[in-house]
Amino acid sequence: MRRVALEGSFAAAEAARIADVDVIAAYPITPQTHIVERLAEMVADGELDAEYIDVESEHSALSCLLGASAVGARTFTATAGQGLELMHEVLYIASSMRLPIIMAVANRALSAPLSVWGDHSDAMAVRDSGWIQVFAENSQEVSDLILWAFRVGEDRKVLFPVMVHLDGFHISHVTEPVLLPDKEEVDRFLPPYCYPLPLDPDRPVTMGAYGPPEIYSEAKKAQEVALRESKEVILRGWEEFRDAFGRSYSPVELHPPQGAKTLLLTMGSFSETAQLAVDQKRRKGEDVGLLSIRLWRPFPFEELSGAARDAHTLIIFDRSISFGGPGGPVACEVKSALYSEQRRPKVVSFIGGLGGRDVSQKEFEQMIDRGVEIVEKGSLGMYETIGIRD
Amino acid sequence: MEEKLVKFGRQSVSTREYFAPGHRACVGCGEALAVRLALKALGENVVIATATGCIEIISSCLPQTSWRVPWIHTLFENTAAVTSGIEAGFKALQRKEELPSKRIYCVAMAGDGGTSDIGIQALSGALERGHDFLYLCYDNEAYMNTGIQRSSATPYGAFTTTAPPGKLSIGQITWKKNMVAIVAAHDIPYVATACPSYPFDLIDKVRKGAEIKGPAYVHILSPCPTGWRYSTEQTIEIGKLAVETGIFPLYEVEEGKYKMNVDRPELKPIREYLELQGRFRHLPDEEIEKIQQRVEKEYHKVKDKCGV
Repeated sequence: MRRVALEGSFAAAEAARIADVDVIAAYPITPQTHIVERLAEMVADGELDAEYIDVESEHSALSCLLGASAVGARTFTATAGQGLELMHEVLYIASSMRLPIIMAVANRALSAPLSVWGDHSDAMAVRDSGWIQVFAENSQEVSDLILWAFRVGEDRKVLFPVMVHLDGFHISHVTEPVLLPDKEEVDRFLPPYCYPLPLDPDRPVTMGAYGPPEIYSEAKKAQEVALRESKEVILRGWEEFRDAFGRSYSPVELHPPQGAKTLLLTMGSFSETAQLAVDQKRRKGEDVGLLSIRLWRPFPFEELSGAARDAHTLIIFDRSISFGGPGGPVACEVKSALYSEQRRPKVVSFIGGLGGRDVSQKEFEQMIDRGVEIVEKGSLGMYETIGIRD
Repeated sequence: MEEKLVKFGRQSVSTREYFAPGHRACVGCGEALAVRLALKALGENVVIATATGCIEIISSCLPQTSWRVPWIHTLFENTAAVTSGIEAGFKALQRKEELPSKRIYCVAMAGDGGTSDIGIQALSGALERGHDFLYLCYDNEAYMNTGIQRSSATPYGAFTTTAPPGKLSIGQITWKKNMVAIVAAHDIPYVATACPSYPFDLIDKVRKGAEIKGPAYVHILSPCPTGWRYSTEQTIEIGKLAVETGIFPLYEVEEGKYKMNVDRPELKPIREYLELQGRFRHLPDEEIEKIQQRVEKEYHKVKDKCGV
């Protein structure tokens, strides 16, 4: 284990290197590019023994990895924003054909207008693509979650691709101290990739046959059941990670652990700023806490409702819009997760931080005040925005 | 099944079938025949990636398969990319001694739409990167799987459901995209044309393309009775006429060197090829003459490149 100062992007690249990936296929796109540039350097310098394929599009990046993963190679790529959108149909192939490709997504806004800066619009557009998805809060988590992603995705009981989301610029381009495990330590945590039925001339298999109506529904149901059941390995993977490296992760995190009357809910790097706001309010004696979601798919229903049960008000901050819909996608998910609970908090939805717009500690404090006010007045609307001019 | 080699003149062909019968291809399908011959040429040390299209649909209805070799289908436009990944995967795993070292042919198969339209970007990328793979384009000159819609490979004057002849149109108003020239412009080691009406030539070219290190491309004209509107027993005859009239010359480009494989002293009139097919039935004489002139011009362009 060594402690180094690393940009979030380099932390992602280091994790892929330590995992000893076999094939990388990537296309440059801001703010992801530093990840694959670093990997290309590693391959060029012989620090990583992998095939690095400079493809002509993100669609081909992920398509290359379908083939590589299907012959039994450990695979990695990274993308962002429009790149993730261009991959859209390929995402469904990777999850439905159970090819455990690991992908870092440096979250970026979607055009138009063109914006290379961060928000969660790209992630929300691929919410239902069948990948396991986690959101990192900082560079350490990026590195840790990528290593964990290989462990979980490649598990025979799982065999799903995994997306590790890191906020574009707010994580990808920020240098922080990161603890990096040695390869030997990782080898004990991460077994070699062993795909059960690879494309192998000695054992011919047919992959990707089409499903007539008599079969398609069952295939999809089986996929859904398998993704839900992957939760067991997801949790075990974090336990093993804690045992191997000493850092613990969970599907959601509650700060303080006993909860609070008013909870702010965030996902991704803004959770760290939100926590400063919560701490500031707690110092003033207000009963406020922070609930952050790390595991986005499969959605952590149990953990979320357990953490939110005793709260009176839940203020949810979203970094994307569901146009013409019920507001923030995270708020929407949380509301439906809580709907069948006997005890549930009042939910207030806020949207902000779009296209790289910062949300300050002060604005999070304002969000909490306004959220409490909305609940007290009983005027729960669809959502409100924060830091956006009318 | 035990493998036997049957001799035909100087060539031998395996009796083993790697493309199992019982698939759902139309009677007289030129593409299914080409696949069968190509697989005989490739043998069992192969991995195939196929685009969405006729071949995928007729061979892979869950839970059945016609593929006796490892086969993968994912999407329509990404076959060359998937095959790139297969090749890179084997390369990495063999270098890292995670798999035994042996040559496995990585072969992409797609139709004309999957090659010259929606898949051309992925194909160009894979050719430029220089992967060791063979790409087989089965060209039946339209989107036959979805019901005869025009592609950029549809010949001038042909009827399709999306470029139908009418009071204001003769049907397809553009000339067939020259995919072979586009691929050859990538300066890859091997490019060829083939047709199942010339089975030994096809087998030779598929073998050669697979053996050569680096990218190889074989463009296979695959007559389609359903879409071309001809009688199902005429597939071989139509393919022969395509070559004999010069509308589809058989040639290869090896390390940049062009070679004509079938060169008749005199081309048959294009009318003989067109009049057997319902898709050209509506064409007036002046259009047929226009096609005749174009065919001759294009044929001689190829001959000039061959230096004959």
